[in-house]
Amino acid sequence: MHLNMATISRASLRATQYGARNLFGVGRATVMQARTLATAAAATVTSGETAMIRKMEEKRAEARLGGGQKRIDTQHAKGKLTARERIDLLLDNGSFREYDTFVEHQCVDFGMEKQKITGDGVVTGHGTINGRLVYVFSQDFTAFGGSLSKMHAQKICKIMDQALMVGAPVIGLNDSGGARIQEGVDSLGGYADIFQRNVLASGVVPQISLIMGPCAGGAVYSPALTDFTFMVRDTSYLFVTGPEVVKAVTNENVTQEELGGAKPHTTKSGVAHLAFDNDIEALSRLREFVDFLPLSNRHDVPVRPTEDNINRADAALDTIIPVDSSKAYDMKDVIGRIVDDGTFYEIMPDFAKNIVIGFARMGGQTVSIIANQPLVSSGVLDINASVKAARWVRFCDAFNIPLLTFVDVPGFLPGTAQEHGGIIRNGAKLLYAYAEATVPKITIITRKAYGGAYDVMSSKHLRGDLNYSWPSGEIAVMGAKGAVEIIFRNVKDKTQAEAEYVAKFANPLPAAQRGFLDDVILPSTTRRRIVEDLKMLKTKQRENPKKKHGNIPL
Amino acid sequence: MLGQLRSHLQHTLSPSTPRALWAQCTLHSRRTSMRALATSTDYGKTFDKILIANRGEIACRVIKTARKMGIKTVAIYSDADANSLHVRMADEAVHVGPPATSKSYLNIPNIIGAIKQTGAQAVHPGYGFLSENSHFVHALDEIGCTFIGPNEKAMAAMGDKIQSKIFAHEARVSTIPGFNGVVQNADHAVEIAKSIGYPVMIKASAGGGGKGMRIAWNDQEARDAFKISSSEALSSFGDDRLLVEKFVEHPRHIEIQLIGDKHGNVIYLPERECSIQRRNQKVIEEAPSVHIDQATRKAMGEQAVALAKAVGYYSAGTCEFLVDPKRNFYFLEMNTRLQVEHPITEYITGLDLVEQMIRVAAGQQLGFKQSDVKINGWAFESRVYAEDPEKYLPSIGTLNKYIEPKGKGDEVRCDSGIIEGSEISIYYDPLICKLCTHGATRDEAMKNMEKALDEYVIKGVTHNIPLLRDVISHPRFVQGKLSTAFLAEEYPKGFKGHRLTEQTREELVAAAALAHAKRDLRNRTWVSGGGPLTEGAPQRDQWDLFVGVGADAPVPVTLKRNGDGSFLVDIDGKPVTISADWPLESPILRAALKTPEGTSRTATLQYLESHPLGYKLAHHGTKFDVVVHTALQNALSKHMKEKPKLDLTRMILAPMPGSVVSVAVKEGDTVAEGAELAVVEAMKMQNVLRAPRVGKISKVFVQAGQSVAGDEVMIEFFGEEEVKKAA
Repeated sequence: MHLNMATISRASLRATQYGARNLFGVGRATVMQARTLATAAAATVTSGETAMIRKMEEKRAEARLGGGQKRIDTQHAKGKLTARERIDLLLDNGSFREYDTFVEHQCVDFGMEKQKITGDGVVTGHGTINGRLVYVFSQDFTAFGGSLSKMHAQKICKIMDQALMVGAPVIGLNDSGGARIQEGVDSLGGYADIFQRNVLASGVVPQISLIMGPCAGGAVYSPALTDFTFMVRDTSYLFVTGPEVVKAVTNENVTQEELGGAKPHTTKSGVAHLAFDNDIEALSRLREFVDFLPLSNRHDVPVRPTEDNINRADAALDTIIPVDSSKAYDMKDVIGRIVDDGTFYEIMPDFAKNIVIGFARMGGQTVSIIANQPLVSSGVLDINASVKAARWVRFCDAFNIPLLTFVDVPGFLPGTAQEHGGIIRNGAKLLYAYAEATVPKITIITRKAYGGAYDVMSSKHLRGDLNYSWPSGEIAVMGAKGAVEIIFRNVKDKTQAEAEYVAKFANPLPAAQRGFLDDVILPSTTRRRIVEDLKMLKTKQRENPKKKHGNIPL
Repeated sequence: MLGQLRSHLQHTLSPSTPRALWAQCTLHSRRTSMRALATSTDYGKTFDKILIANRGEIACRVIKTARKMGIKTVAIYSDADANSLHVRMADEAVHVGPPATSKSYLNIPNIIGAIKQTGAQAVHPGYGFLSENSHFVHALDEIGCTFIGPNEKAMAAMGDKIQSKIFAHEARVSTIPGFNGVVQNADHAVEIAKSIGYPVMIKASAGGGGKGMRIAWNDQEARDAFKISSSEALSSFGDDRLLVEKFVEHPRHIEIQLIGDKHGNVIYLPERECSIQRRNQKVIEEAPSVHIDQATRKAMGEQAVALAKAVGYYSAGTCEFLVDPKRNFYFLEMNTRLQVEHPITEYITGLDLVEQMIRVAAGQQLGFKQSDVKINGWAFESRVYAEDPEKYLPSIGTLNKYIEPKGKGDEVRCDSGIIEGSEISIYYDPLICKLCTHGATRDEAMKNMEKALDEYVIKGVTHNIPLLRDVISHPRFVQGKLSTAFLAEEYPKGFKGHRLTEQTREELVAAAALAHAKRDLRNRTWVSGGGPLTEGAPQRDQWDLFVGVGADAPVPVTLKRNGDGSFLVDIDGKPVTISADWPLESPILRAALKTPEGTSRTATLQYLESHPLGYKLAHHGTKFDVVVHTALQNALSKHMKEKPKLDLTRMILAPMPGSVVSVAVKEGDTVAEGAELAVVEAMKMQNVLRAPRVGKISKVFVQAGQSVAGDEVMIEFFGEEEVKKAA
């Protein structure tokens, strides 16, 4: 007994990089397991079994070190943490249960049979974030550069299968040089196995990819298939082909950062949804993000206690819309004044800024926000804004997260760039997403709702459950100037006509008279109304016609 | 249409309509301290309707008194103020022009039009704008509208600083040596300055307050001061005449409030001390003054009354004096209007000065005698400005969060013209609020001010509460050893924020750790949607954290939850028990701390925002970034790399949003340290940007007339070494 315990402590010391950690895992619960095993061994088992336990301990210790201390030091020197350190930061202290610690690759070509690293470059398992179950895989760059082998892929697939079965999110911490070239087609097959699972899990459990190192070639398509892709600034890259190939093919000179760093992907390509400054911040923010998510499409939307009064009336909202209707204001101020504690977790803040999306809570419950941003290009809908919002709406619909839409939109952006870029096809995506969504849909028109964009932005006609306008709402086919140009083409002095048009349409009454609005509400009462409506809509039942799947205009 | 709809909704939908809210505002600020004087609610016959030719806090303040007296009010507003509080408080409001003051609040024809349109019988001008403009008084006389202030003649005589000196001299009021006349040009300014002897003060003849005032210690500064003061005077008052006089060193600024009627009665009220100034702009005032004894008070008061009587002055007015350490006093100027800082006089006398002004304007006699005037306790006023207290630069923006301190009973008075969501615009004075406190003693009033400043929540603009809070508890201020050079002497390198003491640091760290623990407990609680593993999960009762204030290395902090809701915090081996009144995520955190030895204290902190790895808290008015790491985060943080910062040493940034008045250099110029590079104007303040060291201009990004955003790069230049290297 004493001997065995001593062995365990020595082994655990070897495996420890910081603090007191037990080799059977992390934290208290596993200490208990270890003791039980050790006690059993001391009391009844033969020396052969004791030897086995010792061997497993040694293997575990090896696994903890991944590619070895030297490579860990290199990883640290780059400002990156190891696969296990990242998991420990992401999950609740002591909650991680690792699977497949002892997995090794099966490759026998190119002398690979002599090079084995316990765990084979990826750490997988489950744990909790603020008590809630999540599945995690974390690629280990210190072990074969985190390259994906058949066994590596198999480990990832195993937790994905289980996550799908149990109903819990899958979080991938990507840090991989790419395919394990020595394994050839086995590695490619591994990728495809993951892709297939990404697609099957899509809409069933939330999938999040946090890119914390390189992710190139075919590997990029797994994050692309997941619901959210986050990146760490300066240390992560996502590209299909790297700078050398780009140079060879197109003769462009471009750095990794310029080609596929966090900046281009969060501002230009829209591939990544958020970027963080470093590993610690990224994992801390990821915890906050997961708190908003339902565990799966069959779980309730999470509700957390809040001390923000659900009846709080915010008088400042009554004057937040500028008197001059051409003047801009920040829609995020509006959102912040309505949601719990003013906390708005914005997604894709630097891409298509003319539309704002993100999570917030109302009465403690997660809600999805979609809002035109008058501060940027008057909040116009363009290709990027439509695509950004469309995917967001579909994610929220898939996971039963109510949609809260704030409308101040002058229409779709005109011009050849937009038309030739396919604003018709892309704008249709947002229309499709809203029309298809069966979750509770609450819409607040704060000011402009012009033209086709009015229809698109969760209008009553697209099965909006509650559609409100503030008194400053203007629901019309277009602005007064343009309308008068058409209606009174031949009239010289158009001031009178314009005033008439404003009186008729630059207010919410005509729409309210037709039932396109359920009510016109004072801005200060918006929070109370929404919380009440969400409660009422909890039992909403609506289903689309049975079909294999719709055909969204991709 | 919109207006109709809005008002309809207000009547039908909302239990707490804006109107109800305004009524609350009035209620909150209604004074009950009229006990000493004028307790009657019979105001006699005055007016049915008055127009307030002003905006912001003073317009609101006048409206409150008018409403109290049963007088209907008319507000005027510019485009920028259409949604302002004073507009919504008034019974009627008339638009008078675009945002620029010269086209709206200084636009006499439009204001006269508003008077005619609404049938207002009298006009209260507030302070600033047209309050000391005798042309305006004349224009009112012509249409038979009463001006609530002095008559045109007295105003012209006293309002002009040159004329007033002559009158003061004749009335045997002691004055400071100086030059009484119009300054022709920069050379003339230098010549005058030399004849008086440096240092001299150069200021606008027409303006009050500190606007357009500069102190010159040598010829170059006299030229600069002439140039800037005259152009500021022009833009603020439409009058570029200046005045040069001897600058008395280390004086106190003490002033006497007068109130006179149209029947020849003039009474002086107890003094106000306004020595805490920056750039000659008052920051903190108090009444009475620790420096003034009864004899001096009487002498100053009687001279002030003599001067007022000499020019036939009535209504409210103020004689400003400089008082030296031996209590010699020199007449400075007379302000022929209601002063900004009048509330502290109201606090200690129980008078409502606006009420007195209105009654006097209506021809009533003063209802009290000199012997009735008594001093009741002590009062302070802090001028809360939207300005960076470290650089003294105005700040603009929307007040995202704005909560005024309440205080107990009559302790706290907030004179403001804004509410949450209001905008501090580029067009007007950046005053947010006049925060006044009262107490039976100076000490009590001061403590009330500390508390009020700690509880004052302002987000969205940079404000000067950190400075106010620091001054109010500064040992020298507490002792009352004041002079107008107080700020310059006590903060020679500028104000740099509250410097944490052992005690305030402990409060900050403990509060941050407590906020962290409370949020962590909340984050682990799921009402629903928690999934299988959260059911029956044990709550946490201990946290091992590392807490760092600003750039300081984090210290180990252990938190244990006690059964009574308090926490035992161990900060680097030093234990303290903390409990807090802090609804999660709310802006004010009131903490009670108790040491193991049993000594207790309280601290009020502000919770401004949460960061990914910590919090922004305010303590003693100053904001602190507090990093809170778990033990693991702390251990691993050493691997994280510092992000490279933009090299700003070579850039000249716009100090604030505003417009470029002039650019003095072009690309390729070599400049000396301190050379003028450009001038930026915002909120009527001109700021000269100077070269921080010798160098060569490599790029100029702006031109005169252009507007710039705050922190926008205006000019790039190379230092001497870089120039050499390049050569």
